[in-house]
Amino acid sequence: MSTDDPHVIEVQDLRKSYRLGVIGGATLGDELRVLWASLRGRPNPLAPLDADADDQRSGDLFWALRGVTFEVRRGEILGIIGKNGAGKSTLLKLLSRITTPTQGVVRMKGRVSSLLEVGTGFNPELTGRENIYLNGTILGMKIAEIDRKLDEIIAFSGIQHHIDTPTKRYSSGMKVRLGFAVAAHLEPEIMIIDEVLAVGDAEFQRKCLGKMKDVAGSGRTVLFVSHNMVAVQSLCTRVIWLQDGKLIMDGPPDEVVKKYLHTYTVQRAEATWPEGTAPGREDLDLVRVALAHDAEEGVLTIDDPFRISIRFRNQAVESGDITVGIHLINDDDVLVFNSNYRDEPTAQQMFPIGEHTVECPVPGGLLNDGDYRVTVNVIRNGRFYFRVEETISFTLQEAKRRGTYFRSHGGVIRPLLPWRKVD
Amino acid sequence: MGSTGSTAATRSEDWDIVLVPRQEWWRIDLKEFWHYRDLVRLMAHRDITAQYKQTVLGPLWHVIQPLTTTFTFAFIFGKAAGLSPPDVPAILFYLSGIVSWNYFAGVINRTSKTFVGGANVMSKVYFPRLVVPVSMTLSSLVSYFIQLATFLLFYFAYWVKGPVSWHLSPWFAAMPLLILMMAALGLGVGVLVSSMTTKYRDLSFLVGFGVQLLMYASPVIMPLDRLAKVPWLLRIFKLNPMTPVIEATRAIFFGKPIDWAGLGYTAVVTAVVLGVGLMVFHRVERSFADIV
Repeated sequence: MSTDDPHVIEVQDLRKSYRLGVIGGATLGDELRVLWASLRGRPNPLAPLDADADDQRSGDLFWALRGVTFEVRRGEILGIIGKNGAGKSTLLKLLSRITTPTQGVVRMKGRVSSLLEVGTGFNPELTGRENIYLNGTILGMKIAEIDRKLDEIIAFSGIQHHIDTPTKRYSSGMKVRLGFAVAAHLEPEIMIIDEVLAVGDAEFQRKCLGKMKDVAGSGRTVLFVSHNMVAVQSLCTRVIWLQDGKLIMDGPPDEVVKKYLHTYTVQRAEATWPEGTAPGREDLDLVRVALAHDAEEGVLTIDDPFRISIRFRNQAVESGDITVGIHLINDDDVLVFNSNYRDEPTAQQMFPIGEHTVECPVPGGLLNDGDYRVTVNVIRNGRFYFRVEETISFTLQEAKRRGTYFRSHGGVIRPLLPWRKVD
Repeated sequence: MGSTGSTAATRSEDWDIVLVPRQEWWRIDLKEFWHYRDLVRLMAHRDITAQYKQTVLGPLWHVIQPLTTTFTFAFIFGKAAGLSPPDVPAILFYLSGIVSWNYFAGVINRTSKTFVGGANVMSKVYFPRLVVPVSMTLSSLVSYFIQLATFLLFYFAYWVKGPVSWHLSPWFAAMPLLILMMAALGLGVGVLVSSMTTKYRDLSFLVGFGVQLLMYASPVIMPLDRLAKVPWLLRIFKLNPMTPVIEATRAIFFGKPIDWAGLGYTAVVTAVVLGVGLMVFHRVERSFADIV
């Protein structure tokens, strides 16, 4: 791939709006007006005028894409990243021709195969083999072409033994394998993939990734949408980042992904309260809760250690036996751990009047990736005194590890343990 | 992104796919449809086999329904009301009408559910949506031919039993044209209705009922010559584009003169309905995923 390669996709000022609320609420009268105007070659009298509005919502329209422009060269693997609702799915739907643009143009060269949902159109009553034909022809293959590739497709899917079983007896994993196997043998010039990696076991994933690289290596083009930044970084040759329906960055994967992660890693790294509003009680309250770390580029991964510091103020008449603790809660609302200052046997327990800061270091290689929030508990004289929910929140990103498996690992925590061979 | 690359690509205007907000109504990509002909074949095949899974009598249902209707009509309208023509056995008269009508009505009823029924697949993958109604129109032919064969069986049985005052017209060879006309008309109405049902769901209830009503305004039951005394009713019957088709079918089997003007009228109506149907269908298929 070089910059001399021709463009195979050109997207110009692409916009897409959806009607909010009741769909099909247009009256017959409105329809007739639009029809009459279009028959006379006039513009649609009801067309939205506010396509340039800065707000994604305008009137009863929602602008899922607001003027996206980019080109893709032959042989590129273009990653598309962004938060949910950023417009990624809409862009894919437009490129795979499921829906049409509201404004703008898309031009593409060659056969496009889209894996928005693999195995689409499988008929549960038909066998795997029959579904290969049905699915393949839906994707635009000729029967003769499928005849030729049938053995290869079946072998790739890895379900030779069940190929003559109706697909209603298949597990969801088997359906995906079969679907991907069909789509992968389409030999498209442009391949659009949406989070296929979220399914299947490690071996099948490796096959899929290998196939993607083959496709790109043979001068064809791949568009890859994923939330998995490690996968995006290791597979893509270029990345675009969508946010609120706009393209906000386009460049080399490492740069874009770093910037993207940096933007989303820390949600609320610090919580401070001005005098008088501090949570707590009259004689003891919180001043500040903060997250600190030395991670590279400010992107906190699961392998980076970090520290949670808590500053509190003792305003009682004398020193107190005070301890603080944290609850770390993940995005499934699971309490990951409950740790107290007092757990450390050598910790000082009597705090004189004034402000004090304690810190809890959390090692790298302990937690799983995801979003976390911190609840602070304060204990005085051995009794629970008060609690402040959700003081700070942050995200731990996936880290690159050897033999990485591009899929969310199960488990509340994901410790790096010192495995060794003993025999 | 170098601007040089961009101009180079724009200069060579050999894009295969260009997606724009609005496309002219008449721009229906027949070339692409032709590329998907194997899908038409597979879908039609799947239709035929899937219909009879888990039925005991299977394709026999194609015969039972029209025969029952024929005997009912022959009894009520032929025997009791005395409406069937004197020179043709009532069974043959009614069966010939019902076979044609069943095909036409079947195509409309099935193709009118194209979008609503196929929403699941269509919102996930692109293929020319026209493949679905066309494959339905083709797969319905199987039922039609089984029914036609049943009719021929009765037809020849009467002949063998003889003597009969009628004969088979050489225009029998032109039957495929009549079938094509019915198929095109049914498809045209079906795609029109299916396009409109994406927005106005009520239509799907109306269509079955409407097609049934339309049958009473066709010569399926009432021979046209019985209507000579009620000219306004006859005019309504003649407005029905299926009337000339049914009349022509009977003319072929019972050796009567063919009403060419009537068939010409049907051909024009068919072309208009199919043309408008395809245009509206094409328009709806582009935006359909946003509505369903």
